[in-house]
Amino acid sequence: MAATSATSATSFSIGSKISFGPKASQLLLPKPSVVRFNSQKPLATFSGLKATGSMNCESESSFLGKESYAALQNSSSPRSVKSTGRTQYHLNPQASYKVAILGAAGGIGQPLALLVKMSPLVSSLNLYDIANVKGVAADLSHCNTPAQVSDFTGPSELADCLKGVNVVVIPAGVPRKPGMTRDDLFNINASIVKTLVEAVADNCPEAFIHVISNPVNSTVPIAAEVLKQKGVYDPKKLFGVTTLDVVRANTFVAQKKNLRLIDVDVPVIGGHAGITILPLLSKTKPSVCFTDEEIHELTVRIQNAGTEVVEAKAGAGSATLSMAYAAARFVESSLRALDGDGDVYECAYVQSDVADLPFFASRIKLGKKGVEALISSDLQGLTEYEQKAVEALKAELKSSIEKGVGFAQKQSVAAA
Amino acid sequence: MQPTSCSSEPNQRIARIAAHLNPPNTQMGESSGPARWNCRAKGGSSGFKVAILGAAGGIGQPLAMLMKMNPLVSVLHLYDVVNTHGVTADISHMDTGAVVRGFLGQQQLEDAVTGVDVVIIPAGVPRKPGMTRDDLFNINAGIVKTLCEAIAKCSPQAIVNIISNPVNSTVPIAAEVFKKAGTYDPRRVLGVTMLDVVRANTFVGEVMGLDPREVDCPVVGGHAGVTILPLLSQVKPPCSFTQKEIDYLTDRIQNGGTEVVEAKAGTGSATLSMAYAAVKFADACLRGLRGDAGVVECAYVSSQVTELPFFASKVRLGRAGVEEIYPLGPLNEYERAGLEKAKKELAESIQKGVSFVRK
Repeated sequence: MAATSATSATSFSIGSKISFGPKASQLLLPKPSVVRFNSQKPLATFSGLKATGSMNCESESSFLGKESYAALQNSSSPRSVKSTGRTQYHLNPQASYKVAILGAAGGIGQPLALLVKMSPLVSSLNLYDIANVKGVAADLSHCNTPAQVSDFTGPSELADCLKGVNVVVIPAGVPRKPGMTRDDLFNINASIVKTLVEAVADNCPEAFIHVISNPVNSTVPIAAEVLKQKGVYDPKKLFGVTTLDVVRANTFVAQKKNLRLIDVDVPVIGGHAGITILPLLSKTKPSVCFTDEEIHELTVRIQNAGTEVVEAKAGAGSATLSMAYAAARFVESSLRALDGDGDVYECAYVQSDVADLPFFASRIKLGKKGVEALISSDLQGLTEYEQKAVEALKAELKSSIEKGVGFAQKQSVAAA
Repeated sequence: MQPTSCSSEPNQRIARIAAHLNPPNTQMGESSGPARWNCRAKGGSSGFKVAILGAAGGIGQPLAMLMKMNPLVSVLHLYDVVNTHGVTADISHMDTGAVVRGFLGQQQLEDAVTGVDVVIIPAGVPRKPGMTRDDLFNINAGIVKTLCEAIAKCSPQAIVNIISNPVNSTVPIAAEVFKKAGTYDPRRVLGVTMLDVVRANTFVGEVMGLDPREVDCPVVGGHAGVTILPLLSQVKPPCSFTQKEIDYLTDRIQNGGTEVVEAKAGTGSATLSMAYAAVKFADACLRGLRGDAGVVECAYVSSQVTELPFFASKVRLGRAGVEEIYPLGPLNEYERAGLEKAKKELAESIQKGVSFVRK
């Protein structure tokens, strides 16, 4: 990397191969690279955790520092778990975490990277892809938020991308085209996830791993097998991201029942494909009455919402922006949990014993070590419709899990 | 026409009372798109209507995602000539209050802009390596003209945020179109230069070891190369820079856009940071519309702070759009020299835009 500092500042070449960002300051003078936080107003600088009533009309703080990020915060605050025993948590302005996004130049990766770059909890954002990630990083690095952006291109740089990272998000892979199921992506995406998780195992085995790459029902078991083979598997830290199903459920229920979106929280269990997605409408907060017809219509719509977007995009891709939004919410929840917030609940697809399947999505409590508790009560007190749906989804989920495990074990045998 | 300065307290109080008696129209008419994209989640209905023209593009998509997340937005119209249905379906699933509607193709343009409070225009083609923003003129000038004609017809009261490059020319183009239609209000047409401010804040923060969110560097002039004038002598918190730092920072801020075009090696120009900056600015416009006091941002507007008809400087945003334009303040020698250079190029760009409409 050229160091064209000293002599003539006017010949400072922008078009050269120098990558900007934190390294740029080294070209000039040794200013401290530590980001100093203004201690006069620690909490005002950061978006509030539960930003419910706190939006000050006269506030001069920037939209993105407070209000819109509050929208993300609001959506991830545990609306379903009220008061009792809520520990006091104040965002510690000194806390800062490292997040890596594998597949950062893709349709999901780019808007996801933008949202994570905007998070006040992130100090380093490492972006990896097989192409085009330099441009994405240069773009994002201009945003005036504290997270330092670095880019890593290709397998030779993957290890460096992952060193010391707290949360790894994996949106890498190909999206569906009209007519395809998530399972049709299996062949390509399974290998991608396997390779990436091997690198995670080698370089940041303690990190939380968020798998977005479809079919999640299979890629999470693949990841688990890879981590086991490397001897670093921690089931509390491996998550299939199903947040988008929750987001969709909230949106469709609020629409249908004319509710304020900010109040609505629908748990979604099972898996992340078609009928394996089971919204527990009977457990919606606030409690609502649905007719049988509404239940069926909403359930089907939530289950097929991904396909709805694939069709609407007519070959141009699958959900990217809403996926980025949902994934960013889950990242934010993970970072708060890592930071000591004792009140973080999300739905996620994890290794589980709540149903008689090795992996199952349900509500979980997140803590510093990852999954702190599985909310097994999600599978109790179900309506007849929901009970039937649980039984119906088990067969498909089981075979998806086995397909993933089989793939990973076959690969391991072939490599031996 | 000099925008009226409404900085007096009684005017503000009257404005607030008037707004209370005549709240912004939040009626949601029937969507022209298929029912499934007319998503109605009630309860978030007090807010503003925003239209994004060019919503399926590289800037438009992340911009639409972020605006959907903004609690001040009650209705979000997404317009483009291709792909709008997909983007709308995607964004409509996000569980935030704004109701999203998609509009596809020029025949739906008028519906897209009818009744909106703010129109954001990122539409157009981006630069490739080696191009200046001016090279985009031929295509983007026509696009902006067409879009503004629809705005003049259907929502002449809207506040227009123009992102399409070259902003130095497309804002004068917009003004001429509105003048021709007899709807021109110079307080409501703003060229978005926020990304220059964002870049300035970031680069100053890097050099000085400050939290970039705490830095406030005014950037005046225009939105291309040497017309971008960071006033480093006026940075908050006050910093003293060496000459080398001033040269580095000025150069980098002026060429920030080119930096990204080069890094993207032909695949585009700044999209994510542009969306981020555009949303920051649109949000400021919305807070001004809401009646918040002291909403001040840099923007490229019809102005008398120099002898040029358009110039970017700090402006105070309110219910009428631009309510006050602040003078440049004290400039040092370096900045005065930069100002002369900027004005020369800016004068030409403005003339080019004006001529395009008048010919």
